[in-house]
Amino acid sequence: MEALKNKKDSNAWTNREGLRGWLNPTRYGWERLSYWLMRLTGLFLLLYFVGHVYETSNLVGGINAWNAMLELTQTTFGHIFLILVIGASTFHSVNGIRLIFAETATGLGKPGRPDYPYEAGSLNNIQRSGIWVALILAAAAMLYGSSVLFGGE
Amino acid sequence: MKEGTIMKIHYITGLAALLTVAIHIMMRVVVPFSVSLEYENVVANYQNILYALLLESVLILISIHGFNGLRVMLLELRQSDKWEKFVTLFTLIAMIAVIAYGTRTIIIVSGQSL
Amino acid sequence: MKRKFLLARETSEINLARAKNDSSDILLNIYRGGPNSKSEKSYDSYRVPVSRWTTVLDALLYVKERLDSSIAIRFSCRMASCGSCGMKINGIPRLACYTKISELGTDTITCEPLPNFPLIRDLVTDFQQFFNHHKKIQPYIQNTHLDPTMERLSEFKQTPEEVDEFLQFSYCIKCGLCYSACPTVATDTKFPGPQALAQAYRYFADNRDDSAQKRLDNVDHKHGIWRCHFAGSCSMVCPKGVDPALGIQMLRGHLLSITKKPKKKRAELREINREGS
Repeated sequence: MEALKNKKDSNAWTNREGLRGWLNPTRYGWERLSYWLMRLTGLFLLLYFVGHVYETSNLVGGINAWNAMLELTQTTFGHIFLILVIGASTFHSVNGIRLIFAETATGLGKPGRPDYPYEAGSLNNIQRSGIWVALILAAAAMLYGSSVLFGGE
Repeated sequence: MKEGTIMKIHYITGLAALLTVAIHIMMRVVVPFSVSLEYENVVANYQNILYALLLESVLILISIHGFNGLRVMLLELRQSDKWEKFVTLFTLIAMIAVIAYGTRTIIIVSGQSL
Repeated sequence: MKRKFLLARETSEINLARAKNDSSDILLNIYRGGPNSKSEKSYDSYRVPVSRWTTVLDALLYVKERLDSSIAIRFSCRMASCGSCGMKINGIPRLACYTKISELGTDTITCEPLPNFPLIRDLVTDFQQFFNHHKKIQPYIQNTHLDPTMERLSEFKQTPEEVDEFLQFSYCIKCGLCYSACPTVATDTKFPGPQALAQAYRYFADNRDDSAQKRLDNVDHKHGIWRCHFAGSCSMVCPKGVDPALGIQMLRGHLLSITKKPKKKRAELREINREGS
């Protein structure tokens, strides 16, 4: 198998899906979607966190610096961004709690004797409902956030 | 440090961050939102020692959890000794830098007089 | 749930036609190429007559026998027992012999080589790296209490409950579908993959094995069990109900000391082995 020894482009040769394998959440069910959303929201929240630490450091510059920062962030776009942050953090936290349970095999059922149609016991609605609850709570939190940010005092 | 220990820290910081961030967000909605963002009110919050400690713990917990998550994603993306050393160093330095910068803000503002 | 997810509606027009006439044509697109091919992907298309129970493997062999004998396919048992015919069918890793054309719900079928495996040619991939990962987890019973002289031979005693702890994971046919579906394997070359990790649990849970701590240490590294994030794709595609995701999470529970082997079982194992020696 000479072809196997002459590796040129490693990813093409190994036929690995690469980042495309991460980015497409639609093929394998709810748990894969949850994996994709955890990565997306995690990265998004990390970026927001770094920005937020920088943004709040304007307090050191006194009232003028702080108000200048508020003018930049307390805008319609700023509010929409904050609502996304609220949704992302709610989903990431609730789904994270679900994953802490699932990753210790709590709620995944017990091993048994597989039979046709060979469905996986771990992909059950008990642990899957955690994803649905996380999505619903994120939507509810975003609605509440919208009412606070756009709804007035 | 064993990877298992790092992941236990990841889980614990995640859970602890959830609690501390929840309190941090609630502080913004107990009074009307725009009022809570006024300079005097924010500085008054920082000057409450308990709130300052809460902010510091949010800073540390989220930095550890977030940058460890980034480290995990970057380690999965590529595998070579050079890359893995770079990722570990980069995320550690970034974490320390963010914690240091945030702590500076908390210390200076909590020591300010209005 | 898995069958509902993977099966299209059986009442589609295509399937009704097949049920009435017992035959129709589908368009079969087969990936052609090898590791030295140009970067553009190339597919050859063939019209294949199928009936209600035709599998993808049947269609591929029809093409190979009558239309184009140059296609490279790997297959053996034709009954989902050997794991040889794994390939990507309409975007999802499946066994060609176990996938009926009718369950795909479309008359355009695309067959591609299994992702995450080095390509040899067309639909044939190299399994050496996959087997190497499997070997690294030491897939054999290790028992240090056995009498090395073998003078007093005795069987290992296992109750049906003890067998059930690991039996489903021993049904793995090493088809590689889980390895293809895993998002971590897609980018991490050092990750053992769901098959190897599930087998690590299979031997960990077997009460004839007493190397539990060694097996846990074997997977506790930065490209080991911690790079599994329970995306569940492995269990979704497994054709034998092995449920590798369950095995991996159970092993992780033991690593986190949240799940523990019952003290009673550990004491019983010591007793059994003492009787045997």
